[in-house]
Amino acid sequence: MPTLGSWGRYPRHPQTPHPVAWPFEIESALSRLRSQGVESTLGYGCGRSYGDSCLAQSDHVIALAGMDRLIAADWQSGVVTAQAGVTLDGLIQVGLPNGWFLPVTPGTKFVTLGGAVANDVHGKNHHVMGTFGRHVRRIVLYRSDAGVCECSPTVNTELFNATVGGLGLTGLILEVELQLRAVRSSDISQTCIKFGNLDEFFALSTQHDSKYEYTVSWVDCLAGGKRAGRGHYIGGNHATEGELEVARHKAKRMPVDPPFSLVNTLTLKAFNTLYYQRQVRKVVETRVDYDPFFYPLDKLLQWNRMYGKAGFQQYQCVIPPESGRDAVAAILRETSLNGAGSFLAVLKQCADIRSPGLLSFPKAGVSLALDFAQHDALNIRLFARLDALVHEARGRLYPAKDAHMSAHHFQQAYPAWTRLESLRDPMLMSRFWRRVTS
Amino acid sequence: MKKKNVLIIGASSGIAEAVARRYAGQGSNFVLVARNQAKLDVIAADLIARGATGVQTRVWQGHDTASLPEIASFAWRTLGTVDLALIAHGTLPDQARAQRDLPYAVEQFRTNGESAVACMLAVAGHFEAQGNGVLAVIGSVAGDRGRQSNYVYGAAKAAVDAFASGLRAQLFKKGVHVLTIKPGFVATPMTAELDLPAALTATTDRVAADIEKAVNSRRNVLYTPWFWALIMLIIRLVPTAIFKRLSL
Repeated sequence: MPTLGSWGRYPRHPQTPHPVAWPFEIESALSRLRSQGVESTLGYGCGRSYGDSCLAQSDHVIALAGMDRLIAADWQSGVVTAQAGVTLDGLIQVGLPNGWFLPVTPGTKFVTLGGAVANDVHGKNHHVMGTFGRHVRRIVLYRSDAGVCECSPTVNTELFNATVGGLGLTGLILEVELQLRAVRSSDISQTCIKFGNLDEFFALSTQHDSKYEYTVSWVDCLAGGKRAGRGHYIGGNHATEGELEVARHKAKRMPVDPPFSLVNTLTLKAFNTLYYQRQVRKVVETRVDYDPFFYPLDKLLQWNRMYGKAGFQQYQCVIPPESGRDAVAAILRETSLNGAGSFLAVLKQCADIRSPGLLSFPKAGVSLALDFAQHDALNIRLFARLDALVHEARGRLYPAKDAHMSAHHFQQAYPAWTRLESLRDPMLMSRFWRRVTS
Repeated sequence: MKKKNVLIIGASSGIAEAVARRYAGQGSNFVLVARNQAKLDVIAADLIARGATGVQTRVWQGHDTASLPEIASFAWRTLGTVDLALIAHGTLPDQARAQRDLPYAVEQFRTNGESAVACMLAVAGHFEAQGNGVLAVIGSVAGDRGRQSNYVYGAAKAAVDAFASGLRAQLFKKGVHVLTIKPGFVATPMTAELDLPAALTATTDRVAADIEKAVNSRRNVLYTPWFWALIMLIIRLVPTAIFKRLSL
């Protein structure tokens, strides 16, 4: 049977899948595991978590992507109840023709509902809509010690809050009831503004974030000196009229693992420079389909293979507003000094919109995400310096992307972890959780 | 797209479910037949949420050929006319066990061969009287040539293939089309335990899209994904003197 891994393919701990396609077969799957001497496991969806939060400590996961059925859909109110293996792509396909879109979407549509809840994902509209978990009305879990449990913002509230952003540890997520958001068109009115440095980014963000539901910026992390932090600010709103059409998939697949990372100093310099210069004018306004706007990387299936067999790590942090500018500048400087440039450096201002999730990642401030090809020594050295900067600025790292943060930093950044630990299903344990709680 | 009336036997199989979803989006009406009522209920709710106008379900065990005429009558009574009947139930036998366990081998042969043939017989008369529609049956590339690694399954699917070929010629004269579907490796619950080569393994969505297209274009035989037509052509062309020395 083929094994599963995480999106960054680091750390490498091949997971043996135990597929479950029907909710009433969960119990027997768990007892089969126990009879094989496997004491703990973890639910696994699409494997889009980057580090080790989707890897079971036992390396045996319950694969739930086959549980991908809708349970009920009300196209008057936009409330959908679905099995947790339904992907965001699947929801768009049924919702969009009826005038409904995801209230919050991460940068890929190939994640399951269960994964979106477990990581309390956020997107380009965090400053307006907050995290995914804020739009979840009800969750049904299977707990090895209690069977089927329901929770919502009003029923079993503590379990609900622990499950949103709970990294799949409070029980196997079976069902999710979600409030979608109404749209009149499948298009996005997009504005793209070039900025020359980091200060310009913060000025643009302050000036424009209130005009756009969706905002995100790409930064050329290899540019140094006066150009440090140059990039593109992208703002978007749902078009107010037009067709409601599901995008046709024309994705290509990364067919092989290259013998070395295709993302290296040479290609990075070329890509970043070309990408920055692709737009000549300062401001460009266009109307684009939702698919390239939200999911540009989904066009190349398995793009994680670009980094070769060694894989890569993503470094995503959020820094509070008071220290945001300086910390981001320092992180970019440190990165470019190490010559460890990132293919995509993404900046986004998050707002102070509370999520119910105990361990939800976003908070008010600026979020920065960087990808690094896996080079053991280099990453350890660089990440240690970045961690110190983030820690000092009272920021925190995103567990869904993480493969390295120390237990000390984690516990300081997420003091509610003990409450999640007390509600953890005793049979569920990830490599991430073992790492940061022991 | 016009809504259709669809009968599916083996409705909880991965491929059948993916096909049903495509038709549900068009507002179709369904009669679903499978072994397990709990699964049928889950699938029915899913299809309704996806836009199906109506879904009726019936429990049926694969060897119970005696009740098939009644199930077929129920389908026609419920749906009025049947635009598409899909026969999709099956199992993947453990070949090694089949070689030493006679009752098991016979049971597997019956589930994949006899039972599918009985289903075709049960609906053929209704289709003949109706004078239109498509009867689609899931065979397999394994039925194209008996191979050492799974000839119990292959032989049963070969029976389905030959039967459908004859029935196609008979029903053609009455305006009814028979489609034989030959999937290669598909990632489904039935194959979840196998170590299939990723490059050759299709998703059920891909296979379902091919099936819908083949139904619309009245294809006779569908290899899905398409490259299996090529692979099986080569396998059929290998001379027996050589073939018997291979461990395919």
